[in-house]
Amino acid sequence: MFDRKELLVHVTGAQALVKSLENQGVEVVFGLPGGAILPAYDPLRDAGLRHVLVRHEQGAGHAAEGYAWATGRTGVCMVTSGPGATNLVTALADAYMDSVPVVAITGQVPTAMIGTDAFQESDITGITGPVTKHNELVTDPQRIPAAIAEAFHIAGTGRPGPVLVDLPKDVLQATLRWSWPPVMDLPGYKVPGPPDPAAITAAARVLRAARRPVLYVGGGVIKSGSHEALLELAELANVPVTTTLMARGAFPDAHPLALGMPGMHGMYAAVTALQECDLIVALGARFDDRVTGKLAAFAPHAKVVHADIDPAEIGKNRSPDVAITGDLAATLPELVTALRAVTSSEGPADTAPANTGDWVRTCAAWKRAYPLRYTQEPDGPLKPQHVVEQLSALTGGDAVIVAGVGQHQMHASQHYSFTKPRSWINSGGLGTMGFAVPAAMGAQIGRPGELVVAIDGDGCFQMTAQELATCAIEGLPIKVLIFNNGFLGMVRQWQELFYDERYSEVHLGTSIPDYVKLAEAYGCAGFRCEAPGDVAAVLEKALAVTDTPVVVDFRTHDVEGVFPMVPAGQPNDGIVLGPEFSAAEQAAATRREVP
Amino acid sequence: MSTHTLSVLVENKPGVLAHVAGLFSRRAFNITSLSVGPTTDERISRMTIVVDGASTPVDQVHKQLEKLVRVLKVVELEETAAVERELALIKVRIEPHRRAELLDIAAAFRAAVVDLDHGTIVLEAVCSPGRLDKLLAELDGHGTCELVRTGLIAIRRGSETITDGKDS
Repeated sequence: MFDRKELLVHVTGAQALVKSLENQGVEVVFGLPGGAILPAYDPLRDAGLRHVLVRHEQGAGHAAEGYAWATGRTGVCMVTSGPGATNLVTALADAYMDSVPVVAITGQVPTAMIGTDAFQESDITGITGPVTKHNELVTDPQRIPAAIAEAFHIAGTGRPGPVLVDLPKDVLQATLRWSWPPVMDLPGYKVPGPPDPAAITAAARVLRAARRPVLYVGGGVIKSGSHEALLELAELANVPVTTTLMARGAFPDAHPLALGMPGMHGMYAAVTALQECDLIVALGARFDDRVTGKLAAFAPHAKVVHADIDPAEIGKNRSPDVAITGDLAATLPELVTALRAVTSSEGPADTAPANTGDWVRTCAAWKRAYPLRYTQEPDGPLKPQHVVEQLSALTGGDAVIVAGVGQHQMHASQHYSFTKPRSWINSGGLGTMGFAVPAAMGAQIGRPGELVVAIDGDGCFQMTAQELATCAIEGLPIKVLIFNNGFLGMVRQWQELFYDERYSEVHLGTSIPDYVKLAEAYGCAGFRCEAPGDVAAVLEKALAVTDTPVVVDFRTHDVEGVFPMVPAGQPNDGIVLGPEFSAAEQAAATRREVP
Repeated sequence: MSTHTLSVLVENKPGVLAHVAGLFSRRAFNITSLSVGPTTDERISRMTIVVDGASTPVDQVHKQLEKLVRVLKVVELEETAAVERELALIKVRIEPHRRAELLDIAAAFRAAVVDLDHGTIVLEAVCSPGRLDKLLAELDGHGTCELVRTGLIAIRRGSETITDGKDS
């Protein structure tokens, strides 16, 4: 890392930027050049890293996110000032909401012109302040190496998030003395230390004492790489596990203790277990409104153990009885150890597994009685759930599944059987249409040789479809499965349920564009599938393509909804199973009964 | 109104005030007053932020401020354990027959006369917030025509300083 000869080398700001990225171990930058960032693109030609030229800056941002989700490493994007930078804002907001480590480099107009409404000037640090973990306008060229090192440090440590570094053109052109590693100057940046042993012991005690505990697993478990310790904890304590939209894959769906996803479109068993439990152990989760429903009515009988790396999440929405601040990579193994110690010191007669047996059986009965249900008539309209289940069976969980936001995202999360972490990538918190294609592109670069499948809605797809060109030219064989129901489906579903079926501006139509022709125009393979019986064969054909991207136009049933559903703002007690269940079943479900 | 006073040490760098102010607006925290100035260390500025405890979760304000990279330290100062002062400049129209009465009020609150012409008087008052409110109430009947307040500043009583103790 430290090269003495380089101490005396004078370089331009642009060279320092590129050298810093190289020294930071960056393997790929997603970007698109323009006026203010031009100086940086010159040394980039000779750099020891890959640049992927996107078709729209938002694509660069989501690709950096997809790369980060798929690999756990920080994704990097680079764009010019003004519109280049503002086009990144959605992706930065997305990364901020989902705690995705991203470093964004933006060009800026020369320092002397800042504030003069110069051509392609925007106050991007001002604009992105609310949606970044940190940002900085660098005015001293000598600071570039430190600013880049700090950006990576902040993005990737603690609760991860996006960091933006804004570099005026004259700063990129100026000369500085190169040295690496730079001294970071972050006196106010705090990464939480190890978890408090007393809190760990307290958590182990309440967990052992609980009769109806549930693990409420969030994205933090995946980010911290603590899924193995999670499995150990769940089995040791014999506790049912719910995995949020951010945590799909943190715990294998086929495991007997797995209840699946909780929340607005969660599995009945997961939603109800959280409502009825006497203890929630929240691990890297944030009591988001899509999980809790009406907060005041959420899990009314539950004590709460809340473990998170971000102290501000603890007590933000729900006051915990035991708070554990720290990295789950330390917390979870220590909790396992503490639980063993508590069990052995307090005697095996009253061990946690014995306590929770009835509860685990109750949860399993709920799971059996109120599963995900849909009807695929052999000659009827194609159901999106059927496509997901065929994909799940075909891949056996051995794929990276990417989704945007909406019905396709929920169907994918619900019906794909995840087996391992970092096999599910989506836009959780921000709910960004257009996330899937560019995120899949980033994921494929981070995981070359692996199967990356974007499941996308027709509405979402059309927001960022131009990145297919990037994928084709870069030789990235992502598979894009469009669930083409011709509608902004989730919005349509809400209008059906909450606006008296008064459909307003949600119809897109299924045939414009012709997705097969569009795929071919972009140098991709294009397939269409309308018959349920053809799904497996078309998927097999699509998955077999390894040299170009593939787009499959699945003509899915336009009125198919996503269920179960808890209407927004309602208590989770009011979970609606959907049209596939009888009134008697719904009534029994509302009473928590197993028929 | 229940208020909470936060003393915040921040790096003296561009954009820091915007980061802090932006945090308050995006999290819908209500600021009652905010004052900023240098400290004995030129690299560090000190903000005194008063928030309305009824509408704003103070614990969240504290934790969210701590998360800002340029924020060095956040300390909540309890009223009884701190000296709290605010400076106000108050322009009052003089009615000739009530001039003596006005000056009596100023004297009672140790408000100095810092400007005077034939029609108006400018008073400078340095008070605790409660006392300043009382002064303003007293002056209300005297045609106060302009008011400017610095916002509260506060410092802990006793020998302990803000840089002592653990980083909270």
